[in-house]
Amino acid sequence: MGFMNLFKHFLGKDWGVHPADHKRPASDVPTRKLPIPPRLHLMLSQHVGAPSRPIVLVGEKVRKGQLIAAAQGNISAPLHASTSGTISAIGEITAPHASGLPGMAISIDSDGEDAWVETEVITDPFSLSPEDIAKRVAAAGVVGLGGATFPSSVKLNLGRRSKIDTLIMNGSECEPYLSCDDRLMRDRAADIVTGIRLMLISTGAGEAKVGIEDNKPEAIAAMREAAARFDNVTIFPVPARYPMGSDRQLIVELTGREVPSDARAADVGVIVHNVGTAYAVQQAVCLGRPLVSRVMTLNGGAAATPGNYEVPLGTLISDLVAFTGGTTGDVAKLVMGGPMMGTILPHMRVPVIKGTSGILLLDANEAAGGEVEDCIRCGSCVKACPMGLLPLEMSARIRNDEMDAAADLGLADCIACGCCAYVCPSHIPLVQYFYHAKGDLYARERNKLRTEATKKMALQRQERLEREQREKVEAAAKRKAERAAAAAAAAAAEAAKQGESA
Amino acid sequence: MSTSSLTAPPIASPHAHGGNSVTLTMFRVQLALLPATLFGFWLFGWPSVFLFLLTVLSCLGFEALSLKLMGRQRFKGTLFDGSAMLTGWLLAMTLPPWAPWWVAVLGGFIAIVIGKQVFGGLGQNVFNPAMVARVALLISFPVPLTQWVFPLPLTSLAAPDFIDGLRIFLTSLPLPDAMASASLLGFSKTEMSRGIDLLHSLAGAQAPALSWLGTRAGSFGESASLLILGGGLYLLARGIITWHTPLAVLAGLAIPAAIGHAIDPGHYLSVSAHLLSGAAMLGAFFIATDYVTSPNTGAGQLIFGLGVGLLTWVIRTWGAYPEGMAFAILLMNAMTPVIDRFVKPRILGRDRKGKPLSIPEKKGA
Amino acid sequence: MIVAILSLTLLGAAFGILLGIANKFLRVEGNPVVEELLALMPGSNCGQCGFPGCSGAAEAIVDGSAAPTCCPPGGKALAAAIAEKLGIEVDLSGMVDDGPKIALVAEELCIGCCRCSKVCPTDAILGAAKQIHNVLREACTGCSACIEKCPTEALVMTPVPVTLQHWVMPKPLAA
Repeated sequence: MGFMNLFKHFLGKDWGVHPADHKRPASDVPTRKLPIPPRLHLMLSQHVGAPSRPIVLVGEKVRKGQLIAAAQGNISAPLHASTSGTISAIGEITAPHASGLPGMAISIDSDGEDAWVETEVITDPFSLSPEDIAKRVAAAGVVGLGGATFPSSVKLNLGRRSKIDTLIMNGSECEPYLSCDDRLMRDRAADIVTGIRLMLISTGAGEAKVGIEDNKPEAIAAMREAAARFDNVTIFPVPARYPMGSDRQLIVELTGREVPSDARAADVGVIVHNVGTAYAVQQAVCLGRPLVSRVMTLNGGAAATPGNYEVPLGTLISDLVAFTGGTTGDVAKLVMGGPMMGTILPHMRVPVIKGTSGILLLDANEAAGGEVEDCIRCGSCVKACPMGLLPLEMSARIRNDEMDAAADLGLADCIACGCCAYVCPSHIPLVQYFYHAKGDLYARERNKLRTEATKKMALQRQERLEREQREKVEAAAKRKAERAAAAAAAAAAEAAKQGESA
Repeated sequence: MSTSSLTAPPIASPHAHGGNSVTLTMFRVQLALLPATLFGFWLFGWPSVFLFLLTVLSCLGFEALSLKLMGRQRFKGTLFDGSAMLTGWLLAMTLPPWAPWWVAVLGGFIAIVIGKQVFGGLGQNVFNPAMVARVALLISFPVPLTQWVFPLPLTSLAAPDFIDGLRIFLTSLPLPDAMASASLLGFSKTEMSRGIDLLHSLAGAQAPALSWLGTRAGSFGESASLLILGGGLYLLARGIITWHTPLAVLAGLAIPAAIGHAIDPGHYLSVSAHLLSGAAMLGAFFIATDYVTSPNTGAGQLIFGLGVGLLTWVIRTWGAYPEGMAFAILLMNAMTPVIDRFVKPRILGRDRKGKPLSIPEKKGA
Repeated sequence: MIVAILSLTLLGAAFGILLGIANKFLRVEGNPVVEELLALMPGSNCGQCGFPGCSGAAEAIVDGSAAPTCCPPGGKALAAAIAEKLGIEVDLSGMVDDGPKIALVAEELCIGCCRCSKVCPTDAILGAAKQIHNVLREACTGCSACIEKCPTEALVMTPVPVTLQHWVMPKPLAA
């Protein structure tokens, strides 16, 4: 522990935890490319926002990179075929989600050719306008590849509208086991820097700061070399502590600015993007290639060949694991993402999506076990929380179903990083309490809106019935009046005729 | 739709764990207490060994009984998680080493049943169980609880052997006059109530020596103050406790003591006398730092510790009892929920009052 | 002795007077218990209890004219919570607690008679004469008014289907 770290410890500024890395030797193995599997399943909702809408039909032949589902609305992203082949089905498959519930997906039977659709290569991408860059990024279906999967073009436009001054590139990769960003920075640093420069143009920011944790010296060196010529792109090593990659923490570390809890990063003049997203931007703008594959880590004690793999989107995890030599022993936990914030998958027959940064096959030693005991109020969770919350108090309220009391204690500010549960000596599943409470509060809000909507509908029905009733009465009265008028007219005509004849 | 607690294993992240556990923490605290305890055994002989063993066994026994009556699921795991043993251990450290057997049994009952299980078990009690037991015993049976013995090292000829020690422990015979001795605090208070001020009483031949090595009358904790300090520093180094509470307790005790002693040495004990006597060290590092009954935050712990130290000094100086640490701790335990309510950490993105920070003005357009 | 008796009597009298004054000036208007019960209830005003909306049911329960078990969507959980709040005993054995439900049309049985769509209070059932009818999920409040109307028993109440967007992580088991 350096002196500065000790000082920070004394001041209580040592939020977060230092989990064991587990990144090497997987991160030192060169990235391998996965051969095209026989079938791919592309989920329609791989991003934040409205799911994309299919524009192909079953039986249609598609080429690699062809648009197969269009974005719906402002916050959405399009979907492209990850290989050439035939659309075999558009239906529900098990979604890569902890619940095991199904989600809609387009399935493609690959023809083995992997033939690209025609793509436009731009010779001078830096002469493009900011809006044009954002449009190309949107058309390519690029979303935040750090795992948040927010549509990147929307973020770029937001940055430009908010007139940000700094673009922060997140190369921290603070989760243990994962090293896909590390490998990307080591192997394709030049392309990443090009992507960063394009994003600088698109957001109008003056400079880019790339934060890389100091447990990745090779990546830091490679990025420094690639960015050496460009004054507006600087590499900043940051201390390796989880969750350094969380955007609020990274912004404080690199710029000293604190994002207010009810505001966004853009409000303090910064935007955060992942380095993998920068690479996807470069591929999209310079080579015209949409997002159809990504580098991801396969790691864990039960993985036969841990390492990083370039995988076409929609590959089933079972195919990936089979290609890499299967598993060694029992998989105690199958996790998508990192061990601190990743989701448990119900089984291996789920596809890789845009946000899959890694798949972990954890054996019994690595997976968190331990019986849940009573809270001993030790306060370790308070010390570990990077947001300054009181996990022990919030979970005690949630255990008694007092969700509003937990919300008053700051539940909305919880980033679900998992530091609290990681240090808890009683093995209390704190993050699950918070997810449950947040879900419960959200469901309650939705129910309230639903009740208001149904009340309005009931009112509208009442009005409709009354209106119909009124119209019926009016129509009857009108008919009666007409008949009376007709009768009167007939009687008058009769009288006139009689008068004439008389 | 939310379903409640039908799925058995937790399914949310994190899927890794730092390795800490309740049993490990309790074990480390007991390890920190071990040197002082063993030294105490050597200083005070066999009766103290029996007292220690029976106190711990009594606590474990009553915990087992309570868990059975409450119908708890995790019986064996909860019984042996180390918390009941630690409560018994700490209680034994504060009792007079030659106290009779029924003090141990009664103390175990009060500590575990009344001080902990009645509130709901581990983590739910408001007051420190060991202190509840000690105070209850002190008020109900003042004589056995204040009969201190001058140390007779186990190896010396005058020390009672195994059988004699057992006899002393099991019968409530009054202590022979030659053995009985007052603790430093007790002696100084008694003398002052007789009108003899400190400068004269402590210099006299009958004054208990303020031995830095611990060879003076007192409880385990008092005699081995320096070993307790060592144990406390071990806990600090291991990260089991933070510096806030111990520093605050010692400061809260030392600062008024220094001021008082500077103004009137005849009526106020010196800083070293206060810090090394009674349960000052034990309280500062082991009792006030009890997780369940102390505040959650560092700042809160500072307030808590200062309160404990100050109240201890006040009770020692002007109260009827010579030792004030137990009362001070119970009084501040009552304040812990209030402290926790008002002293909360600052949430990132909000100000001290909990309102979101204001969005900064942009420079230029 | 006399002093003790006198002083305690005076104290008792003084506090009694204080309580009387407090009762006059610090009295709480209305019955806050009704509001608290309302907060516990689902709030969908489905009418299955037979009272005009959830507020009607809350008032009836406080009056004593309705049992805490009168709310089917609230189920056992709600009945137990109401009983606890009011401090009364409740017998939960008769309740069938399946959670919130919405109506569903079995398409192979629907004959398009339109009897159901006429009675739906929120117009949640779509359909025309001789056409297969359908229930709009988000508009259905679960009041079951349509179930008895269907001559071919094509309408059933089913639990609200859980989708990926609406799934809530379950509460973990306590120690």
